[in-house]
Amino acid sequence: MEIIKKIFKDKFARAAFIILAVLYLVILFADFIAPYSSSYSNRDMAYAPPSKIYTIDENGKFSLPYTYNYIRKYDSNLMQTVFKQDRSKKYYIKIFPKAEKYKFLGLIPTSRHLFGVEKGGQIYLLGTDINGRDVFSRLLFGGRISMTVGFLALFVVFPIGLLYGGISGYLGGIVDTLMMRFAEATMAIPSFYLLIILAAILPSGMTSVQRFALIVVILALIGWAGFARVVRGMVLSIKEEDYVQAERVMGASKLRIILKHILPQTTSYVIIAMTLSVPSYILAESGLSFLGLGIQQPDASWGNMLKEAQEFTNILYRPWLLTPGALIFIAVLSFNLLGDTIRDILDPKSEVRR
Amino acid sequence: MGFAKYITRRIIQVIPLLILVSLISFFIIRLSPIDPLAELRLNPSISEETLQKEIKRLNLDKPIYVQYVSWAKSFVKGDLGYTSAGEKVSVKLKERIPNTLLLTTIVIFLTWIVGIPLGIFAAVKKETVFDRFLTVFSSIGMAIPSFFFAILMLMFAVKTGWFPVGGLTSYNFNEMSFGSKFLDLVKHLVLPVTVLFAISLSGLQRQMRANMLEVLDSDYVKFARAKGLSEFKVIFKHALRNAVNPMITLLGFEFAGLLSGAALTEYVFQYPGLGRLILEAVMKSDINLVMASLMMGTIMLILGNLIADILLMLTDPRIRSNKT
Repeated sequence: MEIIKKIFKDKFARAAFIILAVLYLVILFADFIAPYSSSYSNRDMAYAPPSKIYTIDENGKFSLPYTYNYIRKYDSNLMQTVFKQDRSKKYYIKIFPKAEKYKFLGLIPTSRHLFGVEKGGQIYLLGTDINGRDVFSRLLFGGRISMTVGFLALFVVFPIGLLYGGISGYLGGIVDTLMMRFAEATMAIPSFYLLIILAAILPSGMTSVQRFALIVVILALIGWAGFARVVRGMVLSIKEEDYVQAERVMGASKLRIILKHILPQTTSYVIIAMTLSVPSYILAESGLSFLGLGIQQPDASWGNMLKEAQEFTNILYRPWLLTPGALIFIAVLSFNLLGDTIRDILDPKSEVRR
Repeated sequence: MGFAKYITRRIIQVIPLLILVSLISFFIIRLSPIDPLAELRLNPSISEETLQKEIKRLNLDKPIYVQYVSWAKSFVKGDLGYTSAGEKVSVKLKERIPNTLLLTTIVIFLTWIVGIPLGIFAAVKKETVFDRFLTVFSSIGMAIPSFFFAILMLMFAVKTGWFPVGGLTSYNFNEMSFGSKFLDLVKHLVLPVTVLFAISLSGLQRQMRANMLEVLDSDYVKFARAKGLSEFKVIFKHALRNAVNPMITLLGFEFAGLLSGAALTEYVFQYPGLGRLILEAVMKSDINLVMASLMMGTIMLILGNLIADILLMLTDPRIRSNKT
């Protein structure tokens, strides 16, 4: 709790903490907040621009917020499809309307959403993609993957790294040498190259849950070696402490000494390393998905949503497709700021930002 | 002083590392459920004879350790086999590696020229407006995904039309005079270099600032100040040399990071480098090409680290006396 108090003293860290808290809350309640489900798609409305929301009506008077539907037309002069507002009918924005059914928090079946429009209306806050899917809704569902994949990878990396580094450092000698050479060899391969190769050899035809789990494992395979090396270095010095010697004399098993007496000493380093490495996993996942090797369609992730944005026509005419990139940026920035502050708190020696 | 001895020893140390790397990558790729010759089989321009030759060369009908030994033998001899399109892998690599090296060298050069002075300046002018501005800038640079930044630059290029939107050379490159060839290259390089430069600059600048702050806080700098030396002398003669040393170690890491970061940037800009080559190879599950470019990437990375170590030895007398 002391840490959280200190985080709140720093104004950057406070802002970052609040942003991340909001992001996680939003993705937790994504089904409720998103006006459409993750599988919703309106094929007639591919690449519709964001709906404009009006609060002042055509007579210049204040009105409840409303929007117009778009009509897609092919303009033979411009040789392209254009979207025009259908000004004939207003659709008012409603709070808690009934729409597609879902399970609130995965438990309670309901069909109430946070907001929506009257029947027959369409509301695309951030436009639609090539399949006519609502970008805003997909951002929320994609966030579920992009914002959790990093954390899950950490929970694979850290036990492996701790155990590997712990055993290597404690046993020493030839075991240590062999284990460290192996770790160095995996570090010598350019990490992104290894990442795409591992992702590419995943068999096709997996369910999305399986694929997600394997992506987590792959991300973990990239990061463990560097971490294990640092842990080993720490273990080397900790194992010379008197209390470890005492434990050894009392006849405790090697594994017990490593797990119960040595590794707990590395906690503050582990916490620092964890918060500082979340962003790199978020970036790695989005990079993989961006290349089409990570999370696959129809599942959304910020990376694979951004894949569409690299086509020239989309860059020029459909800037709303860039929003996932902005979200990745905001999430990573917040994690970086928070990580720096946590490091400053736990390790007063390294004050990078002050 | 045993300079040559040190370098030879380092190079000898590299060999087992390379063997281990090749073992790891070989087994990852071969144990995957991918048929290494699938593409070759489907390609009508590849004759049955070539196919049989490849099977023989790779020993696909023999157990995996035999396959590894024969692969390693031909790799050492420089025979890397054929891509699934039927080209020689070595030719393909020869074409792509210089491009990636060109890109990364320019970026590293620029980041050092700009990043080190900026880091020093930010540390000396700690907590001024300038320093705050740099902190904000570097936070942004460290958080922006390279491919997203690349897309934004592409958007800029398409909108303004000032820069070509991909590749390394224009279609009529071969007919140009030397001067316009150079200009053409520069024009194509501006965007990818900008992306990678901005991203690695922020890390380098921040690290340099931290090192400098630490050194400025040390006793010998305080002593130098107490002696009445001018601030200029304190910073450039006493502090700088000690603050730069850790940066040289980072040079190796930076190179590694650039190789990875460049892959995505190359992909977005359609830049014909090693990163894009390996990506294309992976997408087509072209095993020969993947294996060869993976090894080349690793060798480049190890060489980068080696150069950093040698530089460090040249600048830091403590290491010289320790290791030789």
